[in-house]
Amino acid sequence: MADRRDVWVFIEQDEGKIADASLELLGKGHELARQLNSQVWALLCGHAITGLVETLHQHGADHVLLAEHPELELYRTLPYSRVAVELVKQRQPYIFLIAATPVGRDLAPRIASAVQAGLTADCTDLQIGDYTSRKENKVYHDLLYQIRPAFGGNLIATIVNPRTRPQMATVREGVMRRLPADPDRAGTVERVEAHFQPEDLALQVLSRQVRASTVNLKDAPVIVAGGGGVGSSDEFALIEDLANLLGGEVGASRAAVDAGFTTRDHQIGQTGTTVHPRLYIAAGISGAIQHRAGMDKSNKIIAINTDPNAPIFQVAHYKIVGDIKEVLPLIIQALRDKAK
Amino acid sequence: MPYQSIVLVKQVPDTRHVSGEVMSQDGTMNRNALPAIFNPEDLNALEMALQVKEQYGGTVTVLTMGPLQAAEVLRQSLYRGADRVILVSDRKFAGADTQATSYTLAYAIQKAGVFDFVFCGRQAIDGDTAQVGPQVAEKLGLPQITYAEAIQGLDAEGVIVRRAFENGVEIVRCTLPCVLTVVSSANQPRPPSARRRIEYKLAAIPTEYPALLKKHPEFASEQALDASLAERSLKITVWSAADLDVDETLLGLPGSPTQVYKVNYVVLESSESKEVQATAEGIRALIEELVKEYIVG
Repeated sequence: MADRRDVWVFIEQDEGKIADASLELLGKGHELARQLNSQVWALLCGHAITGLVETLHQHGADHVLLAEHPELELYRTLPYSRVAVELVKQRQPYIFLIAATPVGRDLAPRIASAVQAGLTADCTDLQIGDYTSRKENKVYHDLLYQIRPAFGGNLIATIVNPRTRPQMATVREGVMRRLPADPDRAGTVERVEAHFQPEDLALQVLSRQVRASTVNLKDAPVIVAGGGGVGSSDEFALIEDLANLLGGEVGASRAAVDAGFTTRDHQIGQTGTTVHPRLYIAAGISGAIQHRAGMDKSNKIIAINTDPNAPIFQVAHYKIVGDIKEVLPLIIQALRDKAK
Repeated sequence: MPYQSIVLVKQVPDTRHVSGEVMSQDGTMNRNALPAIFNPEDLNALEMALQVKEQYGGTVTVLTMGPLQAAEVLRQSLYRGADRVILVSDRKFAGADTQATSYTLAYAIQKAGVFDFVFCGRQAIDGDTAQVGPQVAEKLGLPQITYAEAIQGLDAEGVIVRRAFENGVEIVRCTLPCVLTVVSSANQPRPPSARRRIEYKLAAIPTEYPALLKKHPEFASEQALDASLAERSLKITVWSAADLDVDETLLGLPGSPTQVYKVNYVVLESSESKEVQATAEGIRALIEELVKEYIVG
């Protein structure tokens, strides 16, 4: 095995736009590579996408591996995994990270299976550390700790791949922070050949419709979120009013989405988006672990609930025991008074 | 034209309903308090396979890897319309990660016979990895269609499938055989049929015979029960590692590249917490404090 400990990041792009999650991951890859005294490589596949290389350098890629081919224009499992698997076999990266998007969750297991590498799904944190295998009586240095929620979010597991390379993980969207684009940062680019076998083209994309979500929870400075304690659409409208007043976004727990007060792209938590706004107001959210794990890194949390023992209060900086029907209008009024 | 389908299912602890009995105050968990259920999206996969069979003819074989108790999801599959069920079970499979699991399942699928489709749920609720479907496909050397929501066309040329994601849909055409992982929005899984429930009530694996004999003393002995079940196709096939042509070093925990280093119970707490009175004065003071700290502009 090579002594080099390169960190690879798969870059997802769609019609020439790089996925946010890939840039976030590049930031994390950069950090891990510095800890390992190694370098971060971005694997970019597509057709006529050379223009994206500079963006990757600016966001932390030391090197870009660029595979361009007409068959790579739209993401398809087999052509993409053909390119990635051949490169991984030739170059043996130490770590290979892929965003846990629908594309990443389709591609990563395929690659991991082909190169017989361990893969951990949907990580929420990555660290470098040592691992002692008691069975082998051996210490492995500088492994990738792949940290993820398990068992419906009630446990946090740290997974390692001591023996197989690369150490592969998919990473939850929104939990890593991208590096700010630095126009002075430069790097190398290397074109790689893509060759396909007829069986790689077994699947054709006949049509595709992607809706751009108008909800941007990840970058919102303020989020006002409603939960199962919201009793009616009128009460949910109070949440929307407060979010507008604060220049923020509307969030929701799974209960509020299931009750039909808002759409799933507003959902926060382990099965939704992970957020870390400056201010998070949890209105009528009881705070199941699945929800708390998606918002507990918020800078300031205000929780409003009628139940003084609601778990949401465990993570709240400001605890308001009361009915949102009464408390939200008071907050709205206080903000309006202040603005006068 | 008839199609032969294999459906991969899993028995899972019901992690969606973790109640107070399961989680104690210190964050530890009593796993045994969770009921074992049919993984929800695997029911969607079974339903899709049954619909293919109803529309075009063919057979549906349901395969699960798990402990002996997992025979229950196979009976549930028979009640819903499966033609044949197989339990892949061996202590040697225990502790398998997705790599070792998909390795084992790929061999079991090949042993099960010629097929056109492998259906499985998109992911299981105990691990939420969504990795086994694609890894089985890779090990079988077949194309995969993940996030499958509907089969929109099926003929000699292949299958047309609608894939559904949070932010869009994609229509793909693929050659057969292929592996589909099915999402929960695909269909409404049928309930067990009352008629089939009666028909397959006795379906069992040999380790269940003693309990079955107690309920049905009309069978004189385990041998008599075994002969009777075998004759009526009610004896559920069990395959162990020795029945599959596998490299045993690639099975179970020892064959898994990923290892669990540690597990932490989730305890989320804020560093400081203030109680705010739900009154006009209390709220006004809170807003003033937030403005002072530049939290609210």
